[in-house]
Amino acid sequence: MRRLWYLRGVGAAFSIPGLILASAFIGFAGLAKEAGLTLAQTVFMVGMVWALPAKVVLIGAILSGASLPAAAFAVALSSIRLTPMVVALVPELRGPKTPRWVLYFLSHFVAVTSWVLAMERLRGIPRELRTSYYAGLGSTLVLFNMGVAAVVYLVADSLPPAVSAALFLLTPMYFLTSLWGSARERAGHVAMVLGLILGPALHLVVPGFDLLGAGLIGGGVACAFHRLSRRRATA
Amino acid sequence: MTFDAVESWWWPFLFILIGGWLATDAWRFLGVYLGDRISEDSDLLVLVRALATALVAAVIGNLIVFPSGALADTTLALRVGAAACGFLAYLCLRRKILVGIIAAEVVLLAGMWLSH
Repeated sequence: MRRLWYLRGVGAAFSIPGLILASAFIGFAGLAKEAGLTLAQTVFMVGMVWALPAKVVLIGAILSGASLPAAAFAVALSSIRLTPMVVALVPELRGPKTPRWVLYFLSHFVAVTSWVLAMERLRGIPRELRTSYYAGLGSTLVLFNMGVAAVVYLVADSLPPAVSAALFLLTPMYFLTSLWGSARERAGHVAMVLGLILGPALHLVVPGFDLLGAGLIGGGVACAFHRLSRRRATA
Repeated sequence: MTFDAVESWWWPFLFILIGGWLATDAWRFLGVYLGDRISEDSDLLVLVRALATALVAAVIGNLIVFPSGALADTTLALRVGAAACGFLAYLCLRRKILVGIIAAEVVLLAGMWLSH
């Protein structure tokens, strides 16, 4: 039974959301190569970090010559969203006898795509077999995209410029649309529009502090907007 | 302490491990630990989500305005136009991510072809 549900999880990885994710990794591999990473470093980063926004921030930090503490801080700030995602997933995932270490291990696979798929499908799966299903889904997505990144890294130089340019647009477009769709409240949309403008603007004025600055200012303003509009709604 | 600071094979991997793995999995592990002890719509989580969203949006903005690779050879107007068209297509056509991506790519490639 466990193996059957594991394999069903593997199958769920080959779906439209899985395909879109793979296309974003095509873009990521090009980005990593452009930033000067080796093939081994690129594949290592895919497996260890997994969440795509965190990797793009890490590459951005490497490109701008950030120090390790600054890079780790920016990546950590971009990944705080993983905590509420895992908090929401754990009650769905947990069976009556699931050991804690299994949940800690499986949490590594949490990123936007596997999370969306899991929240959508776990409900229809017998509770004690949900961890097997998610293990199949998560591990397949990670391993398959490590392969995608490796292949793209190897052929990236031989691509015609138009194809290459199109690949570099994949990552921002994937985030632009999925981030808008995943916003829970209006504040998320406000934060996103502010971040889109503040990022490049601050990059010109204070490079190196652009990401953190845009996150703090954009997020703070969006949160103030959230409280203000809620107060108006209750008044 | 930058990515290129130390001339040895293991330094970039350590950089990725601390700057990438630790900085992401710490939040995942915290999520498991907190389990269901925290309310999904508490004010703290709204702030946390807004900060994270603005930061990722800043990364997107930089990738479009200051791109790398072959995309850097296109004009800023074309890139912003392609992204805007893709995003509008996403909003108008039932919020399908695939629709948004394809629309943006079509505009980008058409623009590159026309400026040849």
